[in-house]
Amino acid sequence: MLVKQISVFVENKFGRLAEIISILGNNNIDISALSIADTTDFGILRLIVNDPNLAEKVLKDNGLAVKSTEVIAVAVEDKPGGLARVLNILKDANISIEYMYAFIGKSESGALVIIRVDQPNEAINVLKNSGIEIIKASDVYRL
Amino acid sequence: MAYYDKENECMDRERLIELQSERLIWQVKRMYDKVPLFRERMQEKGLLPEDIRSVEDLKHLPFSYKQDLRDYYPYGLFAVPTSEIVRVHASSGTTGKQIVVGYTRKDLDDWSTCTARQLAATGADKNSFVQVSYGYGLFTGGLGLHGGTEKLGATVIPISSGNTQRQIQTMIDFGATHLCCTPSYAMYLGETIEEMGLTEELKLKAGIFGAEPWTEDMRKAIEEKLRLKAYDIYGLSEIMGPGVAYECDKQKGMHICEDMFIPEIIDPNTCEVLPAGSLGELVFTTITKEGFPLIRYRTRDIASLNYEKCECGRSFVRMNKPQGRSDDMMIIRGVNVFPSQIEEVLLRVGGDVTPNYMVIVDRVNNHDTLEVQVEMSDKLFSDDVKSVEFVEEKIKSQLASVLGLAAKVRLVEPKTIARSEGKAKRVLDKRKL
Ligand SMILES: [Zn+2]
Repeated sequence: MLVKQISVFVENKFGRLAEIISILGNNNIDISALSIADTTDFGILRLIVNDPNLAEKVLKDNGLAVKSTEVIAVAVEDKPGGLARVLNILKDANISIEYMYAFIGKSESGALVIIRVDQPNEAINVLKNSGIEIIKASDVYRL
Repeated sequence: MAYYDKENECMDRERLIELQSERLIWQVKRMYDKVPLFRERMQEKGLLPEDIRSVEDLKHLPFSYKQDLRDYYPYGLFAVPTSEIVRVHASSGTTGKQIVVGYTRKDLDDWSTCTARQLAATGADKNSFVQVSYGYGLFTGGLGLHGGTEKLGATVIPISSGNTQRQIQTMIDFGATHLCCTPSYAMYLGETIEEMGLTEELKLKAGIFGAEPWTEDMRKAIEEKLRLKAYDIYGLSEIMGPGVAYECDKQKGMHICEDMFIPEIIDPNTCEVLPAGSLGELVFTTITKEGFPLIRYRTRDIASLNYEKCECGRSFVRMNKPQGRSDDMMIIRGVNVFPSQIEEVLLRVGGDVTPNYMVIVDRVNNHDTLEVQVEMSDKLFSDDVKSVEFVEEKIKSQLASVLGLAAKVRLVEPKTIARSEGKAKRVLDKRKL
């Protein structure tokens, strides 16, 4: 159920992001979701791709600092209160969210939300039990 | 606890200082008579031998430099007629022509005392077999440890350097208990022995490794591979050779043979003597040497001295492993900074691996700025911003405490800083002074 996310250390330099994304494109890697967390000096580029292992390898081969982490992909109804419901379930279960990012129109039933929590397996259980649709890794990579 | 000559090594410090004073007075007097360069420099300072009454007066004496050895090559600085010299050694160094040093019979005996002290401190005695795998010849390594082994009464295996297969066979067949060589060669020997599956055959107890810089990591690796306790030794041929300072089993710095050599730590820029514990350039005065004595010789090595009493009982001051060369020193906002200090911080933060780095010094509005760029690595990187910022902060705060200076730290992508040999090339000083 856990989805493998690839994180890359990126210096805040003009055009750097385009270069990194091109590396993936040149290796026929499709990006399903992406986000950047940044500070004034550097950023962390987070990616969900169709082939995370290959992505990790080609990025490392290009000299980048890369880490893979496990995240949860949730389908959220594209209507008011949809996301709030997911967040409340996690809050009630005392699960902290480290970060999250969303993509609208990626999943059939609405928005795709990528969530990084401190207890991923626990989170999957409570979400499932509350009827939230968890998207399987293999499906996420295909999006 | 084993000593070679306990009465000297553990001498009361008051007595030691008296002895140093006596010997310094003797040395200054004879050098004034016998070494024209020294006499000229004394005269330039308006000093007479009588002005030197104790070690307290050492700070008034003129310095001597490696260049002197080149200018007066080969025998111009000897303080005895060559008929008294029984051996010469020479070193080429990486720059310039070779330098030559000479020893009287007594000098060689004193030198053997130095290395015998080192050997005894590692547990060697009459029953030990000491394999000396330093090069024999003009280089001081081989014959230096050789002399100490014989003086101690242990059995010397004078194999010299090279021919690794023979080294290993000899070590095993002859039952070597002690090994003396460079740390990099010790590492290589250890790896080869491991590959050959002969580790179990070794009888080594201790190793004495010096003549090149090495890290605590290397020490651990060598100790594991060769199954011995690894000791550091310091020396330079201008002063004597290996054994000027030796490590005891506490391994918290090297004891300087202070009954023969007086150390000082100076600010390489102002040439002022620094208070005990400060990091600065190591300066030596040889107070017993007859053939080739030197007063206040500038080693260019950066080190500090620890006068706290060592648990081993020896009263000789301890020096830490030299942390670079004084030529690499930068003065930033009036503070002396050595690249080695920055490297040390990065090594600690990097978890025993020094990340590639670049130091950039500049001057903006009459204010010196110091920026340290550190390459990100898989080891330092983690997926969340907070952790990466924590790495940045850790480097920053440790730099501030080690240097006494605020530095800007910038993490950069891997392999974006040019790889280069030597610490000096990792510094970019943009200031136009
Ligand atoms: Zn000690």
